[in-house]
Amino acid sequence: MSRKFESLIGNRSFLIGTIITLIVALMAGLSFLWTPYSVSALDIVAKLKPPSISHWLGTDHFGRDILSMIMVGSRASIFVAFVSVAIGAGIGVPLGLWAAARGGIVDEMLMRFNDLIFAFPALLSAVMITAIFGPGAVNAIIAIGIFNIPVFARVARGAALALWVREFVLAARAIGKGEGRITLDHILPNLANILIIQGTIQFSLGILAEAGLSYVGLGAQPPMPSWGRMLFEAQTMISLAPHMALFPGLAIMVTVLGLNLLGDGLRDFLDPKLRYMR
Amino acid sequence: MLSYASKRVVIGILTLLAASIIVFAVLEVVPGDPARLMLGMNATEDAVRALQDQMGFNQPLILRYFSWLGDLLTGDFGKSYTYSVPVIDLIKERIAVSLPLALISLALSTIIAIPIGIFAASRRGSTADTTAMGIAQVGVAIPNFWFALLLVYIFAVVLRLLPAGGFAGWENGFWPSIKSLILPSVALALPQASILARVTRSSLLDVLGEDYIRTARAKGLSRRKVLYHHALRNALIPVLTILGMQFSFLLAGTIIVENVFYLPGLGRLVFQAITQRDLIVVEGVVMILVATVIAVNVLVDLSYAIVDPRLWSRK
Repeated sequence: MSRKFESLIGNRSFLIGTIITLIVALMAGLSFLWTPYSVSALDIVAKLKPPSISHWLGTDHFGRDILSMIMVGSRASIFVAFVSVAIGAGIGVPLGLWAAARGGIVDEMLMRFNDLIFAFPALLSAVMITAIFGPGAVNAIIAIGIFNIPVFARVARGAALALWVREFVLAARAIGKGEGRITLDHILPNLANILIIQGTIQFSLGILAEAGLSYVGLGAQPPMPSWGRMLFEAQTMISLAPHMALFPGLAIMVTVLGLNLLGDGLRDFLDPKLRYMR
Repeated sequence: MLSYASKRVVIGILTLLAASIIVFAVLEVVPGDPARLMLGMNATEDAVRALQDQMGFNQPLILRYFSWLGDLLTGDFGKSYTYSVPVIDLIKERIAVSLPLALISLALSTIIAIPIGIFAASRRGSTADTTAMGIAQVGVAIPNFWFALLLVYIFAVVLRLLPAGGFAGWENGFWPSIKSLILPSVALALPQASILARVTRSSLLDVLGEDYIRTARAKGLSRRKVLYHHALRNALIPVLTILGMQFSFLLAGTIIVENVFYLPGLGRLVFQAITQRDLIVVEGVVMILVATVIAVNVLVDLSYAIVDPRLWSRK
């Protein structure tokens, strides 16, 4: 085990990814206790200031501290991405397992259902949901979550199908275990790795999708700060205050990069066979 | 060949039908009584009932669905509440911006990504490979609308080389219009190219590890010949799959990036329609985009058969 652990630490992607992800998580956690400035405090005198000692990343058009807003904004990104991964995995994985265990018509129907959902990119679902129920973080979660369902269903099904032909499953059948029991006792535990990896990937895609949705106004609503919304506000100020556009985007990029590196590292470690796939 | 192709096409049509049921359910049934919506809060019961009769809203859902579907098939997408023009005309006008944008970006990302992927795979482990894949790793993490903002700042605000936004209109000449699409398509293409380069590289590496590649080398073929004649074609299937999936992401990306550049495409149309609660426009745009995504996926499935002729005889 310790040797395995060493190889994990020796994996550069994993190490860098973990450090970045921890920093982002800590920053989000810290924002609940402390931020350099209050994000609701407007200070018109100090508006559009470039980075300085008192405001490390400068201020926006209302004089709000950009570092503080990025810290608080990380909550929306993480929350939306996390819940939508949970929805996708919570519904998709059981569906995939069911299809793999049953095969036949159940399997065929699931795959067609997957095709159907894939025809609605997250943004389109968000557009439909928002058109009816109005914009908001919850609708962004639903839209991204729906899109995650077929992804997890497909991954779980594919990996489970490969397990169903293995000897240990045959042995479990021989001692009289049913489909459900085998799935819970033998298939699911063996899928944990691959699901964790997929979860990391979907989490990073979720951060990007949330940013896109809140940029076009379909995500978290003001006054709740979000990275996408900050970029939207930066757009009209681009010639006056380019720093307003630079830092929230960097925050998104670094977070997504960290998660992707973490996912790559985990994959190399947990499932070397998958190394070059993706 | 025929059976494989026709099966794919039939599945595509069935998926489209199912998708149309979802869109109908979400945008026609959930919002409630369209007659009341159109007439406003203060309408009298009689007026509402009269309009319901006139528009056929009282008919059973199943009949309403089929007449709605029939209208769609004949190109009748209804009339916009706010613009008072047929939705299909609005879509036609806007698609003349969105479609070229998506296609240019797709072409751009393919032209950039595939050679880089091949190059990186053929020199696996070299500095060039590591650098290219490092850049691709960062490229995947960049949100396209942020990249778009940076491009605007550099090329429009600082260097003043290209327009920051707006669209000249095809009727005002080809070049001015293309000029307003350059930055948006670069912004869309970069993240897509990063993904595509990584897929091309890994798929090619997988194939290069196969026995028949070793055989081809053993019988004396040059590395180059093996790479281009034996490996590349076999490595194309995963690349095609990703290309197909990317098209749907590109369409979605187009909708977002249009907002950065104030381009009058489908994206701006749909967001304006949302703010004005012009559901019939939203419905039309969603149906068009969903149909495009499904059609592209069918095309990708069919192109597998061209790349891999074994599929012709299967099933």
